[in-house]
Amino acid sequence: MVCGKVEVTRSVVRKPDRMNEQPKAVALISGGLDSMLAARTMLDQGVHVEGINFFTGFCVEGHTHAIRKRDKARPKRNNALWVAEQLGIKLHIVDVIEQYKDVVLNPKHGYGANLNPCLDCKGFMVHKAEEWRAQHGFDFIVTGEVIGQRPMSQRRDTMPVVAQESGAGDRLLRPLCAQLLPETLPEREGWVDRTRLHNFSGRSRKPQIQLAGQFGIDDYAQPAGGCCFLTDQAYAEKLHDLWAARGERDYELDDIMLLKVGRHLRPRPHFKIIMGREEGENRFLEGYRKQFMSMVPISHPGPLVLIDGELSDDDIELAARLAARYSQGRDAERVTFELTRQGRSRELDVTPYPANDIPREWIL
Amino acid sequence: MDSVSHHSLDARNLLCPMPVIRTQEAVADLVPGEILTVRCTDPGALSDVPAWCRINGHEIVTTERNDDEINITIKVGA
Ligand code: SF4
Repeated sequence: MVCGKVEVTRSVVRKPDRMNEQPKAVALISGGLDSMLAARTMLDQGVHVEGINFFTGFCVEGHTHAIRKRDKARPKRNNALWVAEQLGIKLHIVDVIEQYKDVVLNPKHGYGANLNPCLDCKGFMVHKAEEWRAQHGFDFIVTGEVIGQRPMSQRRDTMPVVAQESGAGDRLLRPLCAQLLPETLPEREGWVDRTRLHNFSGRSRKPQIQLAGQFGIDDYAQPAGGCCFLTDQAYAEKLHDLWAARGERDYELDDIMLLKVGRHLRPRPHFKIIMGREEGENRFLEGYRKQFMSMVPISHPGPLVLIDGELSDDDIELAARLAARYSQGRDAERVTFELTRQGRSRELDVTPYPANDIPREWIL
Repeated sequence: MDSVSHHSLDARNLLCPMPVIRTQEAVADLVPGEILTVRCTDPGALSDVPAWCRINGHEIVTTERNDDEINITIKVGA
């Protein structure tokens, strides 16, 4: 396998005039526990640490919690910002939406279980961090990676791939598993003490939870599946559907944001409807009414509906009948909607679609 | 009397963390002491923009919330 043979480039040794300066590291902060512990391990060794976080558009961050009521119990916070605040470090959030498209659409190393191009994604993020490091005169990069933690991007044989393809070479330090990996520049230069780094490996979370305990960290975001929606099967299916319907693999930020929200139904290949499942989602979809044809039931309470596609009158009626099924008028004879297209509105009266007649494959 | 320049940023209809990213970009062009008002609609900004300010050393002067809009006024720190 090619991955195992990748040579990691060695960086030039630090200049003597910097000998007495505090070493500076930029840490990738996802908002989860591992990157928090990696950064904390560096702070403990007297390193100046600043965090960097990348917004790809697929992140499972704050906004989805803000939208959906079912997440009410969870704190409405951006976990990366929260982690930075707990650690007392600065955090730079970088918009990489445009550049990230190529990672999602053309991953050199392919996808994981769903549409998650984890290995390319890691390489991309470390590469962006390396660019930032060089621009800001920092010495090295820190990630919370652990050998064997994730099947695709965090394996012993993929660790050097990330280091090499990102261009970070041996300026990339993984404090949580560094003792199991070859020495890196920060260790050789004595900026950090290798004996006080860690040797975590495998999928067990125990060592991390124990280390968190030692640091007195008792509140952290629970790691769930992955850090982004691309690992989510239902989300990946909706993205595949979007590409199939459009006849091309591409997306804009609005597309991928809308896939995070609402109930999506595609009754015909050329159109789909998106319905808010509760108030927060309706409010979110409201913001898109200028871009899409939309409907709201006026005879009964019910969802705000966005319609994506070019529709005939029959299609519009079908869309309204389906939406009526998800309104509180589902058992009524008729449900009246206000249909708005390009700023012009009209009323539409329909019979709700019978629940059992909605083909399963329409529901995305 | 010193005049402090007051800037405004329209981050309406952007979802978090975009208002924070736009705030960060706007603040990068300002000097300490200048004032920036961020207009946004995502309630997430109510926690994220102040959190970003706290960790990066900027001061929140006021936070106003109307029906649909949130105005967060920031004094740029050193
Ligand atoms: S889960 Fe998503 S953000 Fe995390 S490494 Fe994989 S593709 Fe990247």
